[in-house]
Amino acid sequence: MSVVEHLEVADTAEPVRPRRLTSAAGGVRQLGFGGVFGIVGLLTIVIASAVGHYLISVPRTDLNAILQSPSLAHPLGTDFTGRDNLVLVIRGGWDMLELAFVAGLLMSAIALAFGLLGPFAGGVVDRIVVGVTDLWLTVPRFILLLVVASLYRVSSTFALAALIAIFGWPYLARQIRAQALSVRRREHVEAARLLQLRTGHIVLRYLAPAIAPFVVISTITGMTAAIYQQVILAFFGLVPLTDNWGVLFSVAYGQNAIYLPAAAWSMFAPIAAICLLQLCLVLTSRSLEGLFDPRLRARR
Amino acid sequence: MESSRTTGDVSRAPAPDPARPAATLAATRPKVVRPLLKLVARSLVRVVLMLWAVATVTFLAIRALPGNPVDVWVQDLQGRGLTARQAEVQATQLLRIDVHASLWSQYVDYMRNLLHGDLGSSVILSPGTPVTEMLAGRLAWTLFSVGLSLIVAFVIGMHLGGIAAYRRGGWIDRLLTNGSAVMDAIPAVLVGIALTFYVGVVWHLVPIESLRGAYSPDVQPGVNLPFVLSALGHVIAPATVYVLTTVGAWVLQSRSSALTVLNDDYVTQARARGLSERIVRVAFVQRNARLPLVTGFAITMGFVVSGSILVEEIFVYPGIGQLLANALAKRDYTVMQGIVLATTVTVLLATAIADALYGWLDPRTRTEQDA
Repeated sequence: MSVVEHLEVADTAEPVRPRRLTSAAGGVRQLGFGGVFGIVGLLTIVIASAVGHYLISVPRTDLNAILQSPSLAHPLGTDFTGRDNLVLVIRGGWDMLELAFVAGLLMSAIALAFGLLGPFAGGVVDRIVVGVTDLWLTVPRFILLLVVASLYRVSSTFALAALIAIFGWPYLARQIRAQALSVRRREHVEAARLLQLRTGHIVLRYLAPAIAPFVVISTITGMTAAIYQQVILAFFGLVPLTDNWGVLFSVAYGQNAIYLPAAAWSMFAPIAAICLLQLCLVLTSRSLEGLFDPRLRARR
Repeated sequence: MESSRTTGDVSRAPAPDPARPAATLAATRPKVVRPLLKLVARSLVRVVLMLWAVATVTFLAIRALPGNPVDVWVQDLQGRGLTARQAEVQATQLLRIDVHASLWSQYVDYMRNLLHGDLGSSVILSPGTPVTEMLAGRLAWTLFSVGLSLIVAFVIGMHLGGIAAYRRGGWIDRLLTNGSAVMDAIPAVLVGIALTFYVGVVWHLVPIESLRGAYSPDVQPGVNLPFVLSALGHVIAPATVYVLTTVGAWVLQSRSSALTVLNDDYVTQARARGLSERIVRVAFVQRNARLPLVTGFAITMGFVVSGSILVEEIFVYPGIGQLLANALAKRDYTVMQGIVLATTVTVLLATAIADALYGWLDPRTRTEQDA
């Protein structure tokens, strides 16, 4: 006991101490400007969309105020039926977030299942899983997704998210597999295995913490991919017709907003919202990556 | 045969004989050829398997699943006054599959047609035109625009990433990395639309309307200067969008790749030898930093081809993406199916080329296969 105490005292006396999140200021410093911007931006978007979804009612169509430029009454102008663009954008966020979140989670879950199955089952199963993943990775999946979505129309956001997830998992699965392989070979895991600890224990206490950050990041990557694909699907009218940003953009484009500067506001408002959401997601995932992996932070 | 005799003839040989290289060459040749054949055979099997898988999935989606479009279409024809038999005959003619037969024999027919390069005829877009004919011209334009911009983006991204890596932590590095992250995050479509709107419509910098199509209507297609110039002029708009949206990823990848290489011992050694920084960068760092990026080429290509669907639609570029957009809008499934298969073949070929290129660029993979 006394020896241990002595050692601990000696340890704390050392000038080198592990970097730790000690305060809010320290956390902000570690996230960097981009990370703070991303997380604050994401929170703002989530709160604004929730308010829009639950508290704000559908904007009225007003045929006397079609395609107006920004004014005090309509800060972002109006669309081709005289609806307020700002209200439309705020209302349209929730469906987008729902889709991104569900698709990201599903994609991550499938990728996790396939990415971990191989390394742990080994042998023939591993080879089959790797083969299937590679096959699915090389196929131009997005075109296939477009075709399938046009042949079998999906009717709900959840169904769309599931469809996007089924077509989007292989890249993440490959990354998770690589991560799992490298974790499995680390000394503390080998030691735990030599100590004959239960597999469940090893997975929960040693593997999960090592892979979890990566899963969070890959979920965010999946979310950005899902948003991107939803926009293209919406452009071709292959998504359920709810007032989300993708649909708003495609409807405005369909009204030839690209060649009419007066109509441009109804197209660029949802575009800006999509870009902002994508940017916040990417910045968040990059800063989380740095936070989880100190080596990256040193390299940056 | 000659080389074996010279190696056997020891008595005649003074220490450094000129026949020596020939002997070693003859000894190593089978070792090089056999793994190479094995590699080619393996990748062939892969390609065939993938094509089969994609063809089967498209067949299932278009023909076999309940509520599939062919059944819907046959019913649709009947609704327009045709008898059930007439509708089936018409479907059979265009699809080249007897829709009345069992699913299994339809599948066999379908596969046999594919092996003969017969993708059926367009159902709705231009009824009766063979799909292969519709694809041929358009695939070339998409490959031209996508290939050109991939190479341009790769070269630019490579250099910018290298610069960011050398100036690690400096303002130029931060600007490039954050800028690339932003560019990487923005969908290609949106860049295309913003570009068209500002450059073409609001500022009137470029006559965007006259840039529609793959070349101007007043030039003669063929190998002549006006046609080439016109085609290059028309490709600028979509190519700019492809470059802008892919260059970010290349910058980030090449930066991290260059950073790993910069820390390698042989770079330190090269500097210690007193080689100029320029030579170290060009011959030691860049050459090796480039390697891991080559494998990303095929994936990026698939990505860009997917993105081309919208970009071609916006710029009215007569590539495969525009055709797919039309086919989707009109639900012309033979055309859709043809596009899926054609893009698969393209991406597979690109992957095979990237793999071969990688083996050629990186001698280490060759020695590994020898062992």
